[in-house]
Amino acid sequence: MDLLTPELGLFFWTLLAFLAVFFILKKFAWGIILKSLTERETGIAESIAAADRVRKEMSELKNENEKLMAQAREERTAMLKEAKDTRDRIVNEAKDAAKAEANKIVADANQQIQQQKMAAMTEVKNEIGKLAVEVAEKILRQQLSGVDAQSAYAELISENAKLN
Amino acid sequence: MIFKRFLPFITVLLITLSGVSFSASANEEKTKEEGKFNATEVIFGHIRDSHYWHLFDINGEPVAMPLPVIIYDNQKGFSFFSASYFHHGHEAYNGYMIDPKNQMKEKIILENAANGQKIYDFSITKNVLSMLISVVIMIWLMTGAASKYKKNGVMKAPSGFQNALEPVITFIRDEVAKPNLGNKYMSYMPLILTVFFFIWINNLLGLLPGGANFVGNITVTACLALVSFVVMMANSNKHFWSHLLNPPGIPFAIKCLLVLIEIMSLIIKPVALMIRLFANILAGHIVIICIISMIFIFGALSKFAGWGFMPVSLAFTMFMFLLELMVAAIQAFIFANLTAVFIGQAIEEGNGHEEHHAHEASH
Repeated sequence: MDLLTPELGLFFWTLLAFLAVFFILKKFAWGIILKSLTERETGIAESIAAADRVRKEMSELKNENEKLMAQAREERTAMLKEAKDTRDRIVNEAKDAAKAEANKIVADANQQIQQQKMAAMTEVKNEIGKLAVEVAEKILRQQLSGVDAQSAYAELISENAKLN
Repeated sequence: MIFKRFLPFITVLLITLSGVSFSASANEEKTKEEGKFNATEVIFGHIRDSHYWHLFDINGEPVAMPLPVIIYDNQKGFSFFSASYFHHGHEAYNGYMIDPKNQMKEKIILENAANGQKIYDFSITKNVLSMLISVVIMIWLMTGAASKYKKNGVMKAPSGFQNALEPVITFIRDEVAKPNLGNKYMSYMPLILTVFFFIWINNLLGLLPGGANFVGNITVTACLALVSFVVMMANSNKHFWSHLLNPPGIPFAIKCLLVLIEIMSLIIKPVALMIRLFANILAGHIVIICIISMIFIFGALSKFAGWGFMPVSLAFTMFMFLLELMVAAIQAFIFANLTAVFIGQAIEEGNGHEEHHAHEASH
């Protein structure tokens, strides 16, 4: 039973030592260690979060870059196409203009030809008319007695009236 | 990494194993001297507190370090002298002597008890000295680790003893304090850590050959249990007491009984803490010394039986030492954990707890 009876001296020293070690360690060890552990844990968690964020930002940047590149490529293609179109248009316009000019020249020439032809024809017609009037005048001026004389005269005139 | 983490454990293990043969040879000397092996005396000599730090015997002469004796006498006041004056309990000094009839304790008594004379023994005994050594070790280790955090900064990888300490501290924090103490756990962490390391380191020191049976002393466990009980009471809140003295939703007659049981359980909690730790560590010490003593019990029958039993006994002792190494940590953990549980019960806030209990009671 003596094993189960506490001793005052040992109790006193144990309590004293335990309380002393508790307060000393609380002040000089546990506080610092626990604070450091917590700080490190939050620090590590924050670092991981920051790294994740940076990685995400990087991938976003990369995506953006790719998008920009694609856009630039598209723009280049569009510009090239536009340039080609412009060139074609200018060439075509020039061609059309040239053709129109040519056509106009031809048309003008035709018109002139036509005019001169018409003028020539009119002149000819006038000449023929004058001739006919002259013939008729000659016929009328002659005394036409007989049929034979008349027809011989007409024949003569018409023979004279040959144009060339 | 794994090796480094377990380095302290391995060191302790090697030292204890090497101590097996050492203590065995120490006992052998005794056997030769007395001719007769007294197992009871050996066993109690190992587990009891002492005013000497006994190491071994040489040719019948004990090699022991006498420890200071401090006695408060209500008539003579304090007296302070070395235990060597007792000459291993054979002589009286200054009117004080070691009780020769009490085998379980080295109790200092008055040689001639006068009227109303009473003495109080505050000696630095083997247990006290062992504890003081453990306290020095603890303060040295922990403040050393703490200064590393200060010196190296928080974000540097831990090195050396920090590596051994950190998993234990985070284990206590995450497995003991957080689940039991809720969000106020940080303010109880120093206490729980101190309790845990105090018990663990003293357990390990007790396992060293020649070590004191400090934690296996009911005084010590009573002291620790008292500390956790006082902390529990000092931090107990209104909810705890109202629940204890007036459990809701229970008929009056049962309530009387229940309150009685609750109050009893309140007292039983620290008592259970005290006895569990005491009995576990004491049992370990007794079993180990018993198994070693068996060599000499067999040796007393016949020399060959003694030698023949030695390998068996050593194998058992080694097994027990390994077991005790485990028990040393487990019991420290259990004590710390139960302290946390009890404090947790005392500081618990009754958020929706009432309805839960009332609901339970209605069934």
